[in-house]
Formats: sequence, structure tokens, C-alpha cells
Amino acid sequence: MYQPQYEAMPRNELEGLQLERLRTVLRRVYDNVDFYRRSFDAAGVRPHADSLAEFASYPFTLKDDLRDAYPFNLFAAPLRDIVRVHSSSGTTGQITVVGYTRNDIDNWADLMARTIAAAGGTPDDIVQVTYGYGLFTGGLGVHYGSERLGCVTIPISGGNTKRQVQVLKDFGTTILACTPSYALLIGETAKEMGVDLSTTSLRAGIFGAEPWSENMRLQIQELLGIKAIDIYGLSEVLGPGVAAECSEQNGLHVNEDHFLIEIVDEQTLQPVHDGVYGEVVFTTLTKEGIPVIRYRTRDISRIIPGDCPCGRTSKRMERVTGRSDDMIIVRGVNVFPTQIEQVLTGIPGVAPHYQVILGKKGAMDTVEVHVEVAPDMNFDEIRGLETLQHRVRAEIQSALAVSIAVKLVEPKSIERSEGKAKRVVDLRGKQQGA
Amino acid sequence: MIEQVSVFLENKPGHLAELTRALANAGINLRALMLADTSQFGVARIICDHPHAAKAVLDSAGFGVSITQVLAVEIPDTPGGIADVLDVLGRAGVNVEYAYAFVEPGQNAAVDIFKVDDPAATEALTVAGINVIAPDRLYAVDTVA
Ligand SMILES: [Zn+2]
Repeated sequence: MYQPQYEAMPRNELEGLQLERLRTVLRRVYDNVDFYRRSFDAAGVRPHADSLAEFASYPFTLKDDLRDAYPFNLFAAPLRDIVRVHSSSGTTGQITVVGYTRNDIDNWADLMARTIAAAGGTPDDIVQVTYGYGLFTGGLGVHYGSERLGCVTIPISGGNTKRQVQVLKDFGTTILACTPSYALLIGETAKEMGVDLSTTSLRAGIFGAEPWSENMRLQIQELLGIKAIDIYGLSEVLGPGVAAECSEQNGLHVNEDHFLIEIVDEQTLQPVHDGVYGEVVFTTLTKEGIPVIRYRTRDISRIIPGDCPCGRTSKRMERVTGRSDDMIIVRGVNVFPTQIEQVLTGIPGVAPHYQVILGKKGAMDTVEVHVEVAPDMNFDEIRGLETLQHRVRAEIQSALAVSIAVKLVEPKSIERSEGKAKRVVDLRGKQQGA
Repeated sequence: MIEQVSVFLENKPGHLAELTRALANAGINLRALMLADTSQFGVARIICDHPHAAKAVLDSAGFGVSITQVLAVEIPDTPGGIADVLDVLGRAGVNVEYAYAFVEPGQNAAVDIFKVDDPAATEALTVAGINVIAPDRLYAVDTVA
């Protein structure tokens, strides 16, 4: 553990620390941010909670609130104290901007050092930071944590996959940090280049920034010969470093001394008990630049009840397999692309690379899933290929409860992503009434 | 048995042309090309002079490629030629999954390709006096990719 005094803090002390920090941040936002002053006043709550239970009556903050505040209107510190800004990827419309004070950057480095240490990292490690550097929080977030822990840090950023493999092999990288879909591409590329990753020093990966399934984890672990660790974060709350798995790989420890996690029912928005699924809500406890109060992440998860054998006392959230933003609604049914991935990784003969094409036929939504045939398939057997196609279709349909079409496509024909994979192509707007 | 190159093809315009162009650019000479089609995709089956080189070329061009062992038989250009072959295979208990034929220029016989499920087919045909074609007559057996 990098900071055992916090990571293994007795629960009652930890909750005391949370309440104390919560009071500080409530006062900070009430005094410095118009939005919170208005929303607290409108909800009739004071900038001072007597208990964590009382806090559950405070108003939520939404993604739209951050968009409306573009670029700096939710900052709780004057710009002279802000030393860095990042922004969300902005896939839908307006981007959101977040600001960090020197203390924020310092805490972030500690939290990412914890994350790398929890994955088994020590100052002897060599960390290849393949997350993008720039406005995206991934690259610099991991970078600072890796340096803080004392690892050799390779700021290679994303892209140029052959060079990634070359560097990984020549520099003796031990820990790879990137999105899970890019980890797969690196594994495939190494194979094509004749590089056997199991003979390199690589032993762990910290993968995040997109939801992925347990089957995909197993596939990555086998292809790269490593332990694949899930990490979680979002720029609105911090970036990577909000929560991360320990080597137990059973839930992500939330850094509760810095973030208060709540799970709320998606309909009633009331807090649910540990173990029950709902939307994840975070409140930052120490951030100065842009604290958020009860921020609704749109991510669906639950708290895993019970203690973790690793000795950390923090709550564990289950890995996020669905982000409501990625959710697609087809004929009234909610579909998460990760459900498709989970199915594909369990079927021999297909690769876990897929794309969902949404279209319209009349008023009806159509779904066509393009699935790559594995390169070692026997391509002479038409019946075998047809059987494969039918199986993929049947299994996806039963997982999603929506009827779909499946098209088998040639190996490696679906565009590989160097960051977040583009899983869904929605043509419904373009085909209206077609 | 001889080696056939089997290629998975999505149904999209110009795709077969791309495939043959890739082979031509690599100096690979096609002896036969048979296309099997479904509504969803096709499989191109190719007899050529350098099957392993062809696989390497098509692999790197992004196609899904397998090498398949098939039986090549020389059949005299007379009525009943194919029936004789099928009779022998039937008596030996060998199933034929698919078959196609091509004619070599300047020859009086056709070459028939059979995909069979039993390697004993070669012996059964040879015993029956039917001319099974050895790989070196159809393509380079150096198999250097
Ligand atoms: Zn643990």
C-alpha cells in the first residue's frame, strides 16, 4: 500500500474524516460558486451537514450543469490558483472543463501512485503510459502517479502500435497503462510482429476509460500474459484515480478519503443498500479547483458487501459494465455494448471486435452487429461459418432480448481504436422513414 | 492431396477483384477459382502455383485465409469420367463435400477437385486406376512463403 494510513484506516475514523472534509467542501462551494449557492438555497439545505445521512438530502449535480458552466463557472478557486485544466472527451456536444489547483494535482499524484501500487507496482517498475496526453485526463493522470511512486515513466501516449510493442520490449516495460481495447490491439500487433509478450518483462496492466467485461479481461490476460487491473475515474470527478482494483481483482477500492460514493436508485434517486445496483454518485471531499457535490456519473454499479482480504478498508464498487451514456435504446429496450462483448468473448471462432450499426426500416429500429471472424477460423467450411453466424446471432439476441442481424466480417476489418473504441454507429437519424 | 487456398469474402462490390489483384501483384498465377456464395458472405477457393505465398499475401491484405487439403483427379474428356470417380469414392465410404473442375489448356483431360472427408480416398482411386494428380504437377511444392 502506498498510503496505508488512509487506505487501511479504521472505518469509524475514515467516516469521521469524510464528514470533516465534507463540511469544508460544502462551505467552499457555497461561498465561491453561484450555482451551488442557488441550488442549496432552492433545496433549503445548509452548507453544513451534521451527518453523512443528512447529506443524502442535498441536490444532485448533473453533466448538464457542468456543460452550462462552460468553461470555468463551476470553479471554486480563483484562476490565479488554478494550475491546470483538462476536459471531458466531449463526444456529445459541448465539452466540460475541469480545473486543478496545485493541491489537487498533488493529491491526484498520490491517488494514482496508490492505484499503481495496488496493481503490484513499486519504484522498480517501468510504466508505459499509452493513455493519450492532452486535455484527456488519462495520460497526465497516470504519468504523475507513476513518477510519484518512483517508477520509470515512459510518456509514449497513444498511437503507433508497432512502436508501442518495440518500446515495450526494448525498454523492459513492466506495467502498461491504456484502454482495454487498445491493450488487445497491442497484443495482436505483437503477435503479428512475432514478439512473444510472455517472454518480455510485462506483468501487469492498468486499464480503464471505457467499460469492459470480465471475459475481455481474461482474453487480455491470456494474450498479453499479464494481470489486467481495472481502474476507474472520470474527469468531472478527478480523472483516473477515483477507484481501482487491488490484486484481488474483485471490485474497485474507492479512495473514500477523497471521494464520497453513493449508489442511488435510478428511478427514485434514493440511496440504496450496499449490494444493490444503481447509479453511482460522487462528491469530491478535497478538491479545490472544481469540487462536485453529488455528481451523477450515469455509471451503473453497486457496492460489493464485505471486507477485502488485501487489508484496505475502503468500500469496493463493482466494475462498471454499463455507462448510461453508452446505453443504446433499441425498440424501447436498453442495450449496453458490453453485453455484446461479453457474449462474443465466450464464442470460439470470433474476435471480440465488433460494431453495432443502428438503422431504421420504416418506423422500426434495426440492429446489425458486425463481428470479426477469428483469423484462425477454417474459412473453407461454409456450413461452419453459417453455424457460427447463427450462434452469434442467437446468443446476442438472448442476452439483449432484442432481435438483431449479425454480419460476419473479415479479420481485422473493424477499425482499431487507439483510445476509446467506437462500438456504435447510429444511422437512425439519417435513415428516417427509409 | 493438394493444397487449395480458401478465402472468406464479405459480400461487397469489387472485393473479389481486390483479391485477384493482390495475388496478381505478387506474381501468383491462378489455375482455378471457384466462388461459393451465401446471401451473407462468400468463400473463394483457389488453386494456384504458390499456395503458401498466396496465403501470406492475402493474410497481409486483411483477408481471412485457410489452406485446405483437396483431392485433384485427372479425368479423361469422355462421358462417364466423373461418375467413375464418384463410384470409387462411394464404394470406399468417402463423402464428397464439394467438387469443381477446370481444364488445363492444351490438354485432353479435365482436372477435378474434390473436397473429401477421408485421406484414404487417394489410395482407393489409385488402386482403381484413376490418375490422382500429385502437387508438383499443379504448383511449386517448395512452399516458400
Ligand atoms: Zn482489496
